Order: sequence, then C-alpha cells, then structure tokens
Amino acid sequence: MSAPRTFTRPARIAAIAPYLWMALFFLVPFGFVLKISLSQTAIAQPPYLPVFDLTQGLAAIKAAAAGLSLDNFKLLISDNLYVLSYLRSLVVAMVSTSILLLIGYPIAYGMARLPKRWQGIAMMLVIIPFWTSFLIRIYAWINILQHDGLLNKVLLALHLVAAPVVWLSTDSAMYLGIVYSYLPFMILPLYATLAKMDPALLEAASDLGASPRQAFWLVTFPLSLPGVAAGVLLCFIPIVGEFVIPDLLAGSNSMMIGQTLWLEFFTNKDWPVASAVAVVLLVLLVGPLVFYDRLQRRQLEAAR
Amino acid sequence: MTARAPNRLSAFNAVSLALGLAFLYLPIVILVIYSFNASRLVTVWGGWSLRWYTEFFHDRAMLDAAWMSFRVAAVSATLATLLGTLAAVALSRAERFKGRTLFSAMLYAPLVMPEVITGLSLLLLFVAVNAERGFWTVTIAHTTLTMCFVAVVVQSRLASLDRSLEEAAMDLGCNPARAFLAVTLPLIGPAIAAGWMLAFTLSLDDLVIASFTTGPGSATLPIRIYSEVRLGVKPEINAICTLVIGLIAVVIIVASLASKLTSARGESAAPL
Repeated sequence: MSAPRTFTRPARIAAIAPYLWMALFFLVPFGFVLKISLSQTAIAQPPYLPVFDLTQGLAAIKAAAAGLSLDNFKLLISDNLYVLSYLRSLVVAMVSTSILLLIGYPIAYGMARLPKRWQGIAMMLVIIPFWTSFLIRIYAWINILQHDGLLNKVLLALHLVAAPVVWLSTDSAMYLGIVYSYLPFMILPLYATLAKMDPALLEAASDLGASPRQAFWLVTFPLSLPGVAAGVLLCFIPIVGEFVIPDLLAGSNSMMIGQTLWLEFFTNKDWPVASAVAVVLLVLLVGPLVFYDRLQRRQLEAAR
Repeated sequence: MTARAPNRLSAFNAVSLALGLAFLYLPIVILVIYSFNASRLVTVWGGWSLRWYTEFFHDRAMLDAAWMSFRVAAVSATLATLLGTLAAVALSRAERFKGRTLFSAMLYAPLVMPEVITGLSLLLLFVAVNAERGFWTVTIAHTTLTMCFVAVVVQSRLASLDRSLEEAAMDLGCNPARAFLAVTLPLIGPAIAAGWMLAFTLSLDDLVIASFTTGPGSATLPIRIYSEVRLGVKPEINAICTLVIGLIAVVIIVASLASKLTSARGESAAPL
C-alpha cells in the first residue's frame, strides 16, 4: 500500500509554520539569555537599552564577544544567597513531588477501579481544577489560611487549638499550595497507566496465591512505573522554577530560585544576573527534561 | 476461583477518591460563597450581597485589565490552535523528516519548562528586536506556550484515529489535502475545539509570562489580581475570581460537550 506514504509529504509541509514559530520564539530566545548572562551588568542595566545592534554587522559582534565575561556566574557561586536558593528549590520540589505521589497514587488507583462509565466523570472532575486559574486557586487558600480565616475558625470551634495558628507565610502553607495546584498533573498520568492495566493479571496473581497486598506490589506497582515517572517529572520540573506559590504562601526569609530570578529582574533590574540564574536553572533541569522528552515520545509511539 | 474479586472498588479506594476530590474543590467553593458576602471583613459572614460585583464593574483599571486579558486569550488561542494543529498533524503523520527530534522536543519542553525561564527569554528577544511591549508581545508569548498544549491534545486524538479511513479516501481518488479536509479534519474537530478552549483558559490564567512580556499600561487581569492579592485578601477579588471561574465553567461545559463527540480512546498519553 502506498497510500500512507502520500500523506507524509503534506504532513511535512504542515511542520514548517509551527517549526519556524517554535524555533524563533522558543529556541532563539535562549541564545539571548545566554548572551546577556555573559555580559557586564552595566551594559544592560537600563531595561530598555538594546543589547544587540545587528546593523553594525561583524564589528558589533566582535565587540560583543570581547565584552563577554563570566562575572555573573562567579557571583552565583560566591554568593550564598543563590546557592541556597537553588538548594531550597530542589529540596522543595523533591519533598512536594514525594507528597504528591503519596496522595496522587491512591486517588488515581481509586479512579481506575471505578466502573467504566464513572471513570470519565472522575477524570473530568480531576481536570476541571486544572482549567481554573492557578492564581485564583492559590488566592482561595489565602482566604482559608489567613489569621481569622476559616481553618483557624474551625480549629478554634473544635477546641483543637487555644489561639489562632499562623498558617500564612510558612513552609506548610507553601507545600499545601504546591500539592493542591499540581495534584491533577500527578493523578492523570498515573490514572492513564493504571486504567490500561489488564484486570486478568490481578486475577492470575490471586489465583496463584498472592494476597491483594502482594499482588499490588508485585504486579500493579511495577506495571504503573511509566505513569509514576511521567507524573513525577510533570510535577518536579515546573516546581523547581515555581514563583507564584512560594511568593504568596511562603515566608520571605528564604527564597526559591524562581523568586530570586524574579527579584533580580523586576526589583533589582539586574538583567544579566537574572539571565545567569536562568541559565544555571536550565542546566540543572536538562537531565529531567531530556528524560521527560524521551518518555513522552515513547508513549506517543506506543499509542500509534 | 478467587474468594474476592481483585478489581472491585475497595473502601480504601472510595475514601481516597472522595477525600481527593473534596480537597480539590472545597477551597474554590468557599471562595465563591464568600464573594457573595455583604461584609467588608472577608472572614465575617454578613449576609448575601452582590456589592463586590458592582464594585468590580466600577473599577476602571480592573475592567481594562480584564478586557486586555480577554483579547489576548482570544487571539493567542486562535493562533495557537492553528499552529498546534499543524504541528500535531506533522508529528503523527510524517514518520521522519529533518529535525523531527528537535521539533518534538521544542513542543514538549514548554509544557514543563518553568515559566520564569520562558518569560525571561521571550522578553530578552523582544527587547533585542526593539519590539514595543504590550498586547502583541503578550499574545505571541502566550501563543508559543499554548500551541504546545494544543499540539498534545490534537496529536493524541490523531494517534487514536483509524488511518485506514484516510487511506480509503485516497484510494478513492482524493488527493492528500482533500482527504485531510474531508475525512481527518471532521474527526479531529472536537479535539481541536477542546485545544482552543484549553489555550484560551491557559492564557487567561497566566501571570508569570505576561508579567515579563507586557509593557507599561497594559496589565492583564492576573497581573492586576496579583498586585492586589499581595496586599491582602479583598472581597472584590473574590468577586472577580468567581466571575473568571464562571467564564471558565462555561468554556469547560462547551468543551466537554465537544469531547463527548470524540471517542474515549482519545485520552492516551496526554496529561490533559
């Protein structure tokens, strides 16, 4: 059959526009981040100063090359503030991804065991909060967690605490916000692999004498590992660079790297240092990103 | 024979599912209820009232921001749907072409890339080419992000599609373009519609990328809300958030009606 082959050429042509768009607006900008991270702070200090002057041709490029320096990266290493920010981001991302996996797995498992026609509804219910604004959902928690908010009222009414507890501007509030916001990203890939599992496998395991617990750890869990990997990466990578949640819910004494970048850029107007922060963050995330890309592609090839 | 069917929903499954859904919805429900609170103190219930909604409709700056967000979302979602659908067709129908690996990597990476990086890099590009920052820069930035989501949604639908239909159309004398328009496009139509709506809501929601790429005097709604929220909880914000949730709810209902038309097999690898 030669028919599918003939569809290949128009499909290739279809790639041109999105390819160019992504190259121009996703790939090329990283070049600018790299360039500015290597430039002197003073050069790009006023936010509107054009950084590249291509009209001057080769001379400008040579001059630009001469101006490159690693000072910003030296600053990142020498100043504890940045190192601590990176470490805190990685720790926060690891801890919250673990919590997400612990909470998300039972929910996804419960969904996969629902009768078929309820599964679609349950999936819709998990997706809907993902569609509602991120910012609004964090704001909803500020309502609940503030000093005279609902949580403290309930705790006081139940005599669980004697005085209102400070929830806002704490790490617990931040973890709560992160887990709340990213839960759908953990549940959906887990559910996708669990729902595809053949129920006959569990029956076979129990016929062979496995207890439900053994069957879960020997059959279900190993088979769900691709979903676990997808969920973990979908949460871990963006959480490392998270800005809004720690900014609104965590205390101001220690910052995640997304907040540091934001501060350098918007408050200190130090674009070169902000760019250097971004470059290092990207380097830290290259491993997980490549892994995620492989996983995504393998799943799509399998679905084909 | 098994004593106990191993695939039944156990009490533990049911409880974890119920608790999980309660956790996801309770804060939003509370927010909506308090938006109708007459009291200025956000935490004291003062009876039902619409006063914070009237307050919002008299807040010029907030209305301008809402209008800006709406326009950006509509234009960027449309562009993203066009480009994302083309990308999905390319990925699922052309097995190999030059730079296919790079192409798919560029489409998947923005889905998880921290927004501070995407926002900063786009801003540096716009500054380098001396683009005036405002409506169009935010729109381009949102298109770049959301077209990847559209591509994933449409691609998972294309992957589940029976290709023999396209082949049959071409065997019957359609050229590929005609076969695509007459056979494939109607079948993936609902997925394309769902993709548009996802792109629309993602754009309406975005704070970080918009903050980097917008210019003075053209704040989007999330930027305005964010600057108010930093100063504390205000009942007017509850009202605005409820309106946004209402708008998104309408979008979701339309989208779910659309996706009812697609087969349930469409939900494969995509996390959406």
